[in-house]
Amino acid sequence: MRQRHIGRFAAVAVAIALAVAGCSSSSSTSGGGSTPAASGGSSGSCDVSLGFFGALTGQYANLGVNIYDGVKLAIDQHNKKNPGCQVGLVKYDSQGSPDQAPALAQQAINNPKVVGIVGPAFSGESKAADPLFAQAGLTTITPSATNPKLADNGWKTFFRILGNDNAQGPAAAKYITNVLKATKVFVVDDASEYGKGLADVVRKSLGSAVVGNDTVQSGQTDFSATVTKIKASGADAVYYGGYYPEAGLLVKQMRGAGVTATFVSDDGSKDPGFIQAAGGKDANGSILTCPCLPPDKAGGTFFADFKAAYGQEPGTYAAEGFDAANVFLAGIDAGKVTRADLLSFVASYKGQGVTKQISFDSKGEVSQVSVWAYKVENGQIVADQVIN
Amino acid sequence: MKFLIDNFWTLTSTGLTQGAIYALIALGYTLVYGVLQLINFAHSEVFMVGSFFAMWTLNALASHEGHAGALLIIGLLVLAGIAAMIGSGITALFVEFIAYRPLRRRNAPRLVFLISAIGASIAISEAFGIFISRNILPVPQLVQPKVVLTLFGSQIYNMQVIIVAASIVMMVGLDQFIRRTRLGRGVRAVAQDQDTAALMGVNKDRVIALTFLLGGLMAGGAALLYTQQFGLTRFNVGFLLGIKAFTAAVLGGIGNLRGALLGGLVLGLAENYGSALVGSQWRDVVAFVLLIVILMFRPTGILGESLGKARA
Repeated sequence: MRQRHIGRFAAVAVAIALAVAGCSSSSSTSGGGSTPAASGGSSGSCDVSLGFFGALTGQYANLGVNIYDGVKLAIDQHNKKNPGCQVGLVKYDSQGSPDQAPALAQQAINNPKVVGIVGPAFSGESKAADPLFAQAGLTTITPSATNPKLADNGWKTFFRILGNDNAQGPAAAKYITNVLKATKVFVVDDASEYGKGLADVVRKSLGSAVVGNDTVQSGQTDFSATVTKIKASGADAVYYGGYYPEAGLLVKQMRGAGVTATFVSDDGSKDPGFIQAAGGKDANGSILTCPCLPPDKAGGTFFADFKAAYGQEPGTYAAEGFDAANVFLAGIDAGKVTRADLLSFVASYKGQGVTKQISFDSKGEVSQVSVWAYKVENGQIVADQVIN
Repeated sequence: MKFLIDNFWTLTSTGLTQGAIYALIALGYTLVYGVLQLINFAHSEVFMVGSFFAMWTLNALASHEGHAGALLIIGLLVLAGIAAMIGSGITALFVEFIAYRPLRRRNAPRLVFLISAIGASIAISEAFGIFISRNILPVPQLVQPKVVLTLFGSQIYNMQVIIVAASIVMMVGLDQFIRRTRLGRGVRAVAQDQDTAALMGVNKDRVIALTFLLGGLMAGGAALLYTQQFGLTRFNVGFLLGIKAFTAAVLGGIGNLRGALLGGLVLGLAENYGSALVGSQWRDVVAFVLLIVILMFRPTGILGESLGKARA
């Protein structure tokens, strides 16, 4: 009897320990959760918050965390400069999953303090969440969702602060044919809204140079069947549309099977996680395209500020997230603290961001677009050239 | 179709390799099912923890650049294998003590065990994600890939041979342990009839813990082989593999050790042939349609005999 009680206490104690550990470490990922900005509470005359919508945990978390850090930097800088106007930041962690997106979007909509959303970060979750935001009149600026079709739905609240895949896809194709001089290209995608959408644009742009196609699964680790197909096709370049975990594993298993074709992938793969997944040296020589500026080329003091705040260089889309948050903050400072006012402010916004000159067309697309090619050299992702 | 024929042997060898890993994990599902008639959904995390132990051992002792010297490599692999088995074994026992035993003492309904196992699975996986990393973590691969033989124009790599051979040795060892030893007889007795076995003087709880431990040891072996084949691990590495291994166990006849081997190999091959025949996006469709078709004609799986009824 006594032993049973001890067992029960032990189980409860373990559960509590796990719960506490979970809480404490989730707040530490926000980079010092004790500041008023992170806790979501706000004080002063403008009692409003921005929402961040994207993956902060789960398998694609790296991409979301980069953006979140950029957004948080913008808000922290704003709040420091404006002691009378403390803007809050609320996290909506979608784990990158379209299934979780609608419920999270509803949460954001139901929070009257949230006047603008930076995100959703991925295309799949955007497709699921944006209709709700449009209905509720809650403005979203995505710093990273690049599927072109997102802009075609007539969502008045949709804005995109970077070039879409109709710019990135042809640019990647151009790089493959003009710079790599590849004539036989094998195209693989991960069947996601983003990966398949982008790979299809690349397929169309490459035309007859495509010698084979295949599809992999998110979360898959054994790509032997795909690698066998690539090898049999004799391709001299492989294009992968998808995210970094699978991209890294695919290139590693290609090299393991003796395939030497140049590996080309996209902004979803442009993360150190790609090199890690490839086990280091197998990633070398890979090309990654991205409609994002190399962070060290960002304007102003962004690069130095980010490094000072987080002790590391800004990752992919951190600068875009920073810009998106600043568009909202400019509106809030101009007194546009209702959702409707902020929406019309963003639609007519014109200003210089750290990544580009920002203004949006009637579909919510940013007017200035550039696509960069990055190269993996000695285990580092370095800027190669802008693709014109 | 032409692609399948041209690359038949490559697809076969990679399919068997993957299937052997499925089979080793499937043993854990089948053992626990054989004894308790419950599916231990936390077994995927037993595998995951093993792969982390293998990674930590190799990171501490081996270099990423590879080693010369066959003896050194074998020694390191054995050490990593033991570490992985310890990690997996402890996790399996932990799951039994936390998620199963307290419920068994209270005669909880069967469904409750499933939910507590799923809970344990998610808790362990997320705890690793939070405390260690959510990234893919590289593991040093000690065996340099080398083509050992060319079969009908397709290259067979050394690692593939090692994986298939090592899994078969482990499975035969387990099979003999269950069939021939005193402890194995206890496992079979509890599998046949728990209460009668208890009346005959078998310590039921100890046998159940032993069953979890055996499944954990096999998962640890699978974890080492997996890290050496793919050179990585991750906090959620067990999820997809666990589902596939569970499928393999059902396919071969759940509760049947030899069935787990057969089921794993058949599933590995079916996935590869299926994706070659109709495209990789159909891989799981082919594999699971095959599962349904086989279960339609043989509802107890291919071999279909349960652990308890296995003859000594």
